[in-house]
Amino acid sequence: MSVLSEGFSWLTAGAHWHGEDGFPHRIVQHLGYTSLTVAVAAAIAVPLGLWIGHTGRLRGLAIAVTGALRALPTLGLLTLMVLWRGIGLTSPTIALVVLAIPPLLAGAYAGLEAVDRGTIDAARAIGMTEWQVLGKVEIPLALPLILGGVRSAVLQVVATATIAAYIGLGGLGRYLIDGLAVRDYPQMLAGSLAVVVLALVLDGLFALLQRSLSTPR
Amino acid sequence: MIEYRSVAKTFAGGTEAVRDFSLMLASHSTTVFVGSSGCGKTTLLRMLNRMVEPTRGQVLIDDVDVATRNPVALRRSIGYVMQHAGLLPHRTVVDNVATPLRLGGVGRRDARARAMAALEKVGLDPVLCGRYPGQLSGGQQQRVGVARGLVGDPNVLLMDEPFGAVDPIVRAELQHELLRLQRELGKTIVFVTHDIEEAFLLGDQVVILRKGAEIAQVGTPAEILAAPADDFVRSFVGLDRGRRTLRIEEVDGQKVVVDADGRAAGVLA
Amino acid sequence: MTWFLDNLSEIRGLAWRHLWLSVIPVVLGFMIAVPIGYVARHLRRGGGLLLSLASIVYTVPSVALLVILPGLLGTSFLDPGNVVIALTVYAVAIMVRSAADAFGSVPAAVVDAASASGYSRWQQVLQVELPLAGPVLLAGVRVVSVSTVSIVTIAPLVGVANLGSLFTNGFQRYFTTEIVIGIVCVIVLAMLLDLLWVTIGRLAMPWLRASR
Repeated sequence: MSVLSEGFSWLTAGAHWHGEDGFPHRIVQHLGYTSLTVAVAAAIAVPLGLWIGHTGRLRGLAIAVTGALRALPTLGLLTLMVLWRGIGLTSPTIALVVLAIPPLLAGAYAGLEAVDRGTIDAARAIGMTEWQVLGKVEIPLALPLILGGVRSAVLQVVATATIAAYIGLGGLGRYLIDGLAVRDYPQMLAGSLAVVVLALVLDGLFALLQRSLSTPR
Repeated sequence: MIEYRSVAKTFAGGTEAVRDFSLMLASHSTTVFVGSSGCGKTTLLRMLNRMVEPTRGQVLIDDVDVATRNPVALRRSIGYVMQHAGLLPHRTVVDNVATPLRLGGVGRRDARARAMAALEKVGLDPVLCGRYPGQLSGGQQQRVGVARGLVGDPNVLLMDEPFGAVDPIVRAELQHELLRLQRELGKTIVFVTHDIEEAFLLGDQVVILRKGAEIAQVGTPAEILAAPADDFVRSFVGLDRGRRTLRIEEVDGQKVVVDADGRAAGVLA
Repeated sequence: MTWFLDNLSEIRGLAWRHLWLSVIPVVLGFMIAVPIGYVARHLRRGGGLLLSLASIVYTVPSVALLVILPGLLGTSFLDPGNVVIALTVYAVAIMVRSAADAFGSVPAAVVDAASASGYSRWQQVLQVELPLAGPVLLAGVRVVSVSTVSIVTIAPLVGVANLGSLFTNGFQRYFTTEIVIGIVCVIVLAMLLDLLWVTIGRLAMPWLRASR
């Protein structure tokens, strides 16, 4: 238990809250990678998932691809990307985006599939165009599941961005990797605790968002 | 006036839902398609608003082939009521009823006002208008569904087994509400059901269908009961069982109407 | 390709370790999560709490868990046991929700009929609810298995060797082939394990095939 308290003291030490190696900077970096990744992945996966869910086509392919991408080991993809495309922001981002796509894609098409077919039929029957059915009925009703997909993706990226420190990225993972290099366990622990807190806070925010958006029953 | 001209429908899987159907439906009256499940009655109904396209033949409303009309515009001009109401669960009751108007470009305030009027017409408690469909009972939801079908003041109202999912007492209430509305408004109603009692109660013209939407008999309820076309019809309307063959018995000076099995059915007025 | 054949024995060794590091958490996780999931399903008030707890644990990034756990347990940092325990905790967190859903999918009418026919509570659980929850439980196991195999690849960061070492070694030596081979091996291992679970599922639930 004393090791844990060492970690806490490292975490709360004033010196570690300033400058480039300080927590604020690293947290901002981490959030930066996360938002960039989720934004790009969402731009790809959500429209695709909505299309698959609305038309019902390519569903089998989508499930297979989602499953395959989930099986891809994070570290493997990260190291491979960097060796192929060199150090910098692009390679890790590509890897992170690829890993963030499955939950977003699944959330989108599962969300649309969960909408009652009768409601959609009625919406068409009273004279909505296909776009109106998608925008006024399917997406609003699918929003909880779509957001669930975003939530999973965000947590996923927070975790993988932590590991990405291994290939040279900044963010909270740096404390783990740097600490590992010099066997500075309190530093590793402090970094891990910070990541956990970040993850829980983000998850909590999403939970609130999802709750505020669901229809009263 | 509605006309079916030799329409047929075969679905993708090979199911021949409608073999060859032709019929004229008079305006301002209620026509009921009645038959067992799978006889094609719902398919016939959904051809009217192009939710189903016939494989052959034409469907005409007021001498215009519906295939020549834009489907979305067509559906906005026809009222449609289905089983389980098909209400949008994430909109309030009044917004649900206003939707057909909003789709047609009517302003929000105007649409809401007309929606409230429609809801009043179907007898819904105004207090419920601000609630969500999930907070209403099945019977109340169906009333909202009917209001939505009527709000645009369409000439044609399509009703697909609208009262099938509610309990018998609520169903009877809703049926009588519909009769009252029809007396008031005089719409052209096309109604689908599998319940012959409901058909006889609501229909000015009753169309009894066999599999493949084959017409077994068309006529007013009285015509059908007086002269059933064949054994299928006779059996379908219940003439082969004792319930419909009635005679009069004198009980304590009163003329009591009794069925073939001797069970009392009513009193002669 | 030649590299692969030259180092076959080493790769096989890593794969074997990877297998054990993956299978044990999945099996242990299953055995622990199923009873908890059952209780969560049937407990009125505590049930939701248990599930929330599980989802909180699931939110914790795995790599952080791998670092924090030794501190919590007081075990040595480089001990593979840490990885197994951390992954088991993770597997339980995922499977509890899946198990709760599985038991929820058993039609209440069937359980009711069993009870009315004279099954004792235990018999009900073991002979009716568990088998009927089987398909969903199996689906949960398969998901956990894939994710566990993937997470194990991170363990080299805390010094526990497995197929993931091919990534760290390959990266340090700028050797792309090693990484690619590593990815392929991990995916193959995941698929083989998946096949194992599906086969066990088929053997344990013969009635599902008969009904087709």
